[in-house]
Amino acid sequence: MSSTTSLETDRKADAPRQGTPLIEVQNLKKYYPIKKGILSKTVGHVKAVDGLNFSIYPGETISLVGESGCGKSTTGQAIVQLDPPTEGKVIFQGRDLSTLSNTELRQLRPQLQIIFQDPYSSLNPRKRVGDLLAEPLLVHKLADKSEVTRKVDDILEIVGLTKHHRNHYPHEFSGGQRQRIGIARALILNPKLIVCDEPVSALDVSIQAQVLNLLKDLQQKFQLTYLFIAHGLGAVKYISDRIAVMYLGKIVELGTTEEIFKNPRHPYTQILLSAYPVPNPHLRNRNRVVVEGDVPNPANPPKGCSFHTRCPLAQSICREKTPDLMGSGHTVACHFPLA
Amino acid sequence: MSMANVKLDDQAVSFEQQIPLAPIEELGEEESYLRVITKRFFKHKLAVLGLIVFTLILLMAILAPLLAPRSPYAITDQFSAAPSSKYMLGTDQVGRDLFSRLIYGSRVSLSVGIGAVAIYVAIGTILGAIAGYFGKWVDMIIMRITDVFMSFPYLMVILVLVSIMGPSLFNIIVVLGLLGWPGIARIVRGSVLSIKQMDYIKAGVALGYSAPRLVFQHILPNCLGPILVNATFGIAAAIITEASLSFLGMGVQPPTASWGNMLKDAQSLSVLASQPWLWVPPGIMILLSVLSINFMGDGLRDAMDPKSLR
Repeated sequence: MSSTTSLETDRKADAPRQGTPLIEVQNLKKYYPIKKGILSKTVGHVKAVDGLNFSIYPGETISLVGESGCGKSTTGQAIVQLDPPTEGKVIFQGRDLSTLSNTELRQLRPQLQIIFQDPYSSLNPRKRVGDLLAEPLLVHKLADKSEVTRKVDDILEIVGLTKHHRNHYPHEFSGGQRQRIGIARALILNPKLIVCDEPVSALDVSIQAQVLNLLKDLQQKFQLTYLFIAHGLGAVKYISDRIAVMYLGKIVELGTTEEIFKNPRHPYTQILLSAYPVPNPHLRNRNRVVVEGDVPNPANPPKGCSFHTRCPLAQSICREKTPDLMGSGHTVACHFPLA
Repeated sequence: MSMANVKLDDQAVSFEQQIPLAPIEELGEEESYLRVITKRFFKHKLAVLGLIVFTLILLMAILAPLLAPRSPYAITDQFSAAPSSKYMLGTDQVGRDLFSRLIYGSRVSLSVGIGAVAIYVAIGTILGAIAGYFGKWVDMIIMRITDVFMSFPYLMVILVLVSIMGPSLFNIIVVLGLLGWPGIARIVRGSVLSIKQMDYIKAGVALGYSAPRLVFQHILPNCLGPILVNATFGIAAAIITEASLSFLGMGVQPPTASWGNMLKDAQSLSVLASQPWLWVPPGIMILLSVLSINFMGDGLRDAMDPKSLR
């Protein structure tokens, strides 16, 4: 791909991207200070997220993948302002979220929702499902008392539960049902963007498929935009339009699902793909690339390309110079990208 | 690199197959958290016994005018009389009916216990919740104040304050209430800190709930267990403190009857040895009420233990 960056080629690169982005993430950083000693002096930072740039377009599903601790969830929580970023901007529909006052932010929050990984800790055990779903409507005065019950029943129906479930407590439901309730709660305020923080990784495989199908249906029905965070590549391939591969707080490759799976350009992406178990023995690839060693400590990331310590193709330049994301459409941060 | 074309297609197929929704099994009768706790509480035999005894003492306090055979202040025709058919528990040195005084004494003990605990649970819960939720310097300041309060020699401060304000039932309740909160504040702070990290609180933030709503409607109801358990033990402790104060002469003043000052009347060696009806009954009442409340507390703690909740 040529290096000429124009919006035209960008748009061609993947279909669902149109017009202005819904969310623009600019140079997003999240550092956690490491404190030591009796005076709690800051001796360093854990760089959980270290300079992310990407855009999310209306109606698309963009996935963040990477191994544990690479900053996927932190990114998701920073975007919905649960864990405000240390540096950088999250621009939602032209407004920089970090500049908003608390009241302004609270009014805007309904548009940015999140679904959590653990369906057991994401529902208040003391509240009935009906109250759980009615509360957001009442807080934001989106419905008066007579309408609330009807809206709650509707949303329960939409996520595949029934109105009889309204009077039950969360502990009476299974994991999959709880996740549906979590989805209903995120959905009831009519959000623009839903961050799905590994929504299926705590569920059984058969239930995973149901929940993924539900998310897909809902996306069409309500024109939702998803930021899907996952480590299971199967789910990611099924649901996403674009995939961003993260390693040690940085995006190393970003492209459409097809490009990432057919033509991965970063060595880490290839390793990630080859690590994914293939159920059909005839389709299994014999020469898998296995990565060695552990993820480096994010408090003290290696100089140069952060992947060079484990990269099979690393050369001297990789140890010295940090590669930038290059290319248009399908971008990759590597000195020696694979063709 | 040849492994570029990893085939994942047939994995994807399994997702694309429309797996029919598993029928969501009909749930049984709804079971509220409260009902689960109650059921488990009633399985705890000692707790049930405690509840029965405590209810009896409570009824005794409320119905005192109906139960007592005569006024606790009326002087009868006998002094230091042994129990008889006329005076069930005998009379004291001034000639008042001990049985009536014992019944009226329960009012003092229970109002001190419940009143003081109500005040300090309110203070402790609010301070603990603020410290835990807002953290940082707010937490720092509140917790250091708590530490200061905890390092006072408890009984001495109470004695000093009561003697300054004057020993009356109301003042004792206020003083105990104002000094008792640090324990609760610490417990609430700890619970709030752990519940604050739960995903349902994060979800609440994302839904745009205000801080007071999150604290009072989502976090505090979930730390009700430890607060309640601590409060029951607190009532027992307050009853003992009131008895100690009365015994030291700084409690409820005569002629008002309280179990503590009934014990005080029996301080001399001759009374202890030869007139046990003066001190055994109030002693037993203190023991019974404290024990029954402690058993109830134990039962509550076990019933609310999240590990045994399903």
